[in-house]
Amino acid sequence: MTTTPGDPTMTTAASPETLAHGSAGLEEHGAGHPDHRMFGLATFLVADGMTFAGFFAAYLTFRAVNPLPAGAVYELELILPTINTALLILSSVTFHRAGKALRSSDRDACRLWLLVTGGLGAAFLAGQMVEYFNLPFGLTDNLFASTFYALTGFHGLHVTLGVICILVVWWQTRAAGRITSTNHFGLEAAELYWHFVDGIWVVLYGILYLL
Amino acid sequence: MTATLPLIPESPTLQPRGWLRLLSFSLDHKVIGLQYLICGFLFYLIGGALAGVIRTELASPISDFVSRETYNQVLTLHGTVMIFLWIVPVVNGAFGNYLIPFYVGARDMAFPRLNAVAFWMIPPAGLLLISSYFIGGSAQSGWTAYPPLSITTPAMGQVIWILSVLLLGGSSIFGAINFIATVLKLRRPGLKLMQLPMYCWAMLGTSILVVLSTPVLAGTLILLSFDIIAHTGFFNPGQGGNVVVYQHLFWFYSHPAVYIMVLPAFGLVSEILPVHARKPLFGYTTMVYSILAIVVLGLVVWAHHMFTSGTPPWMRLFFTIATSFIAVPTGIKFFNWLATLWGGKIALNSAMLFACGFILNFVFGGITGVALAQVPFDIHVHDTYFVVGHFHYIVYGGTVFVIFSSLYHWFPKFSGRMLNDRLGQLHFLLTFVGFNLCFAPQHWLGLMGMPRRVAEYDPQFTLMNQLSSVGALLMAISTIPLLINVIWSLMAGEEAGDNPWNALTPEWLTSSPPPVENWHGEAPLVHEPYGYGVPPGKLDLASTSGRDLWSGGER
Repeated sequence: MTTTPGDPTMTTAASPETLAHGSAGLEEHGAGHPDHRMFGLATFLVADGMTFAGFFAAYLTFRAVNPLPAGAVYELELILPTINTALLILSSVTFHRAGKALRSSDRDACRLWLLVTGGLGAAFLAGQMVEYFNLPFGLTDNLFASTFYALTGFHGLHVTLGVICILVVWWQTRAAGRITSTNHFGLEAAELYWHFVDGIWVVLYGILYLL
Repeated sequence: MTATLPLIPESPTLQPRGWLRLLSFSLDHKVIGLQYLICGFLFYLIGGALAGVIRTELASPISDFVSRETYNQVLTLHGTVMIFLWIVPVVNGAFGNYLIPFYVGARDMAFPRLNAVAFWMIPPAGLLLISSYFIGGSAQSGWTAYPPLSITTPAMGQVIWILSVLLLGGSSIFGAINFIATVLKLRRPGLKLMQLPMYCWAMLGTSILVVLSTPVLAGTLILLSFDIIAHTGFFNPGQGGNVVVYQHLFWFYSHPAVYIMVLPAFGLVSEILPVHARKPLFGYTTMVYSILAIVVLGLVVWAHHMFTSGTPPWMRLFFTIATSFIAVPTGIKFFNWLATLWGGKIALNSAMLFACGFILNFVFGGITGVALAQVPFDIHVHDTYFVVGHFHYIVYGGTVFVIFSSLYHWFPKFSGRMLNDRLGQLHFLLTFVGFNLCFAPQHWLGLMGMPRRVAEYDPQFTLMNQLSSVGALLMAISTIPLLINVIWSLMAGEEAGDNPWNALTPEWLTSSPPPVENWHGEAPLVHEPYGYGVPPGKLDLASTSGRDLWSGGER
């Protein structure tokens, strides 16, 4: 484990080298405490979840009080989204396997599972695109069409970001990378985010397609 | 084992020193706090000038000073600047960043880099907002941006407004994540939650509100921008959309926003009163639970802004009752402050005067708030100057008075020099008289039926409006002694020393201004931040410091 600047385990009899680090520590003098980045990320995801909650509330209210105008088209098919849901849930499992593999120092397995996860995410996005191109309505056709695209599009952006994160993590887990079996914040953060995005999709699927 | 933190010698770094730090991407929470404070104050001057335009226009019944469109732009900018660029950044960002790490006994916030990012989102957002006025006109739909008004007024100003508010909301969320992590996770070992100074609790509550409600506003504004740019119809009744949904989503943020502006002020005033009354804060535990109750209730009262928007009776009943309930925890806090003052050895300096002014103004604003929660009364005064008067009693008479009080209280810590108290008292007198003269008549105007957000009014309202404008002029003048005081004191003020108020909270137990690492040695462990009036032998600060910091924590 590397010693962070300002580490309390360092003694006062600091060598010139640690003093040099110490001056870097001036800029980052919050470093002498435990790592709370996962806590921060979790708090951020609560906030992000509230954005979705607002969208869901808006959609449900529209559903309850705004009738679909006569002649307006708003129909969704179920097969492709259901396959997509299965893909995302599966990708959560594979990401979990990747994390497990890394913690047991099996780098190759970890990188393989990461690629599988990224592939599943990309497949989900491709499926979403196919659905978009085959829907009988456009963004501004009616209220529900707009809401559908806003909700799935906002989620799709999250998935896209997640796939990029997975690829970055995949790159960082190479032999010379910064993510190792003991220092794996990047992977854990991406994993938590990915589970969050999957969870949001399950709710979204339920509200948008099944309800 | 008693390990001390390595003392870091002064060594050349890339970080600038002196006042240049304030323009740098500094990670030091104290620098960031001052950046928030100065940036916020500059926007306060801009927002104040905009208020001056409004009051000058309203000095006569016809729109002769500016055109009606300009008036609408000015009132929109005034509201947005004052709320999102002055009060929220200063009362949360400035004092929160400066004080919270001291209070929890840390060297910095939990995420220093995120902290700097959060601050540096504000100046661009502010410039963006102001610049919209010069490139084709800013938004005209008020700080609420209600559709269909916001959809039908010129699009560019409104879109820039949305962008700016999104940036400011993001900044606010990042700040809140930092505060929650710092208060909950970064406390010095041995310091319990119920021993924290009250401002920590206020900031914790505020930050929970920010994290839960601001994202909803962000999502809503994104949908609104779709309506404007892509011509979707979420909130456009002409396309089958629903304006009331916008109002619900908007107020789901914007009612808690009132608590985001006023809860930190509650916390700050709870720090200031005990010091200058030399008494422990009365009812610490009830204060904490009151804050938490306000947080919970604050999230479920939003629709009291919408009693005239066709809300069904059950909704009116629920939101009236829930809103009225907020008076209970707020009242508890009010009486606790009075009890803190009761029998105290009160030093009637500028900080104390502004704090007492806050109590007075806030209780008046609170009473009109309870009145507004009652449906029959609210329907009568909805969208009149009564609401404007009530709102300003809360945010100006409440929060801004506390900001000034805090400035007099903490300026010695920020700069190492005292502010001049005579000038401070003049500042208080002018502000207090000007404020009440400006906003008290607006309650009568509202009761008589003068609508808000209109550049012209019925001539029968002239006298009251002119009184109000005179008050506004006094408020503008009151800024002069403050500015002179700050500039003069920075250069030639009396040396403050480490602890000019003999206060017990941890920020005073270090030099003024504090070193980069906050304390040269160990962070003091302050179990009783309000231990005034305790016999000298009972409170031993020296013995509580000297434990090793964070060494028990897992990495």
